[in-house]
Amino acid sequence: MQVTTQQFSDTTVVAPVGRIDHRSAAELEAALLPLVSQAAARRDALVLDLSGVDYISSVGLRVLMIAAKQMRAAQARLSVAALQSVVAEIFTISRFDKVLTVNATLEGALAQVSDAALAAYRAAGKP
Amino acid sequence: MKGARFWGTRGSLPVALTSAGLGDKLRGVLRAARGQPIASDADIERLLGSLPFALAGTYGGHSSCVQIHSDGPDYLVCDMGSGLRPFGQAAMAQRAGQAQTFHIFMSHLHWDHIMGLPFFVPAFIPGNRVIIYGSHREIEFALRRQQEPPSFPVGFDTIFEGRVEFVHLEPGVPHEVAGLRVTTMLQRHTGDSYGYRFESQGKVLVYSTDSEHPLADPAHTERFVQFFRDADLVIFDAMYSLADAISVKADWGHSSNVVAVELCQLAGVRHLCMTHHEPVFDDAAIEAMLAETRRLEEITRGGAALRVSAAYDGLDIGL
Repeated sequence: MQVTTQQFSDTTVVAPVGRIDHRSAAELEAALLPLVSQAAARRDALVLDLSGVDYISSVGLRVLMIAAKQMRAAQARLSVAALQSVVAEIFTISRFDKVLTVNATLEGALAQVSDAALAAYRAAGKP
Repeated sequence: MKGARFWGTRGSLPVALTSAGLGDKLRGVLRAARGQPIASDADIERLLGSLPFALAGTYGGHSSCVQIHSDGPDYLVCDMGSGLRPFGQAAMAQRAGQAQTFHIFMSHLHWDHIMGLPFFVPAFIPGNRVIIYGSHREIEFALRRQQEPPSFPVGFDTIFEGRVEFVHLEPGVPHEVAGLRVTTMLQRHTGDSYGYRFESQGKVLVYSTDSEHPLADPAHTERFVQFFRDADLVIFDAMYSLADAISVKADWGHSSNVVAVELCQLAGVRHLCMTHHEPVFDDAAIEAMLAETRRLEEITRGGAALRVSAAYDGLDIGL
């Protein structure tokens, strides 16, 4: 599984690509949780851009639950962005849409967590 | 082995449809009947058949009890929740003066899975045999204790007069019982629970209730995939949503519809039947969960379709 990261001001955007299932969830966990710890320690924000994810299993959702709990405990902001339709349905059926804040777009997620991050994102000429 | 009948499908505690709930159903049915022909009984049956199950029926409220239809004369039952009482009444009605033998398989010894025994009338009848199987060492102790004062008015020996026998099943070791090959497997639940794999003449039925699945343990997942492998029917505890099962209700010993679908898909199961319904769920909530679970199966399907059902008291499933 490929996981890319970008920094926009005080916000880290993490973007995994592909299927997050019982085979690949450990890779996501290894890539994501250190970034979550870092953001939580600094009370920075973190956005999960899931636009490149076409499936997520319970094992993958568990990783997101760990991230959500850690960020919440640190009173740091976490948002999820740009779900593909299948992943959006899985979020609804698993009730993860009640656990995580879901935004239709990455820009919307950045706007929600940090004005500075949104400004940096726009300054970088994105989207 | 021909199939299964559900006598108790509710988790943790029996529930009953309330007057308010019945009133809501009646109002819904009467609204649906507006403008429809209802002059004859056939019209009425047609109308009722067209309505959602949550409106025209009810998932019911007895705690866990599932009968396995075998090819022989003996009765086979999983768990002795409050559903054991109506099962016993039905068995009595079929008795026709003959002695009966009941083989009862215990998932575990929590109250909702044992409370039916003191009301199991066939065990009161001289000549009948009740053989209780399980992998816990404390089965007899637990069943005797629930009938001790001050919890129950009549003692175990007074009612059963030696008609109840106990057989220990070593986990992972196949046993032959009434023509079925029976294998148990340890599951994660407070005080332990055991899943059952029943095999007979090429048919496989798995009963796996009160079982929590630690998602971060691939060895655990693989163990269950092998236990469920190629089953014709898996009866699965899908009490909570996944989000609840791994957060506020983590370590409560139950599972979710999402994990049910995933394990059954990985194992090549043909039919998943969800049971041990959350007592606070009404019929509409269970029906909505069933629709969502069928949709999940559809959008995540990688091979053959997995049939998905939600158990209700009185449901029959053929293999």
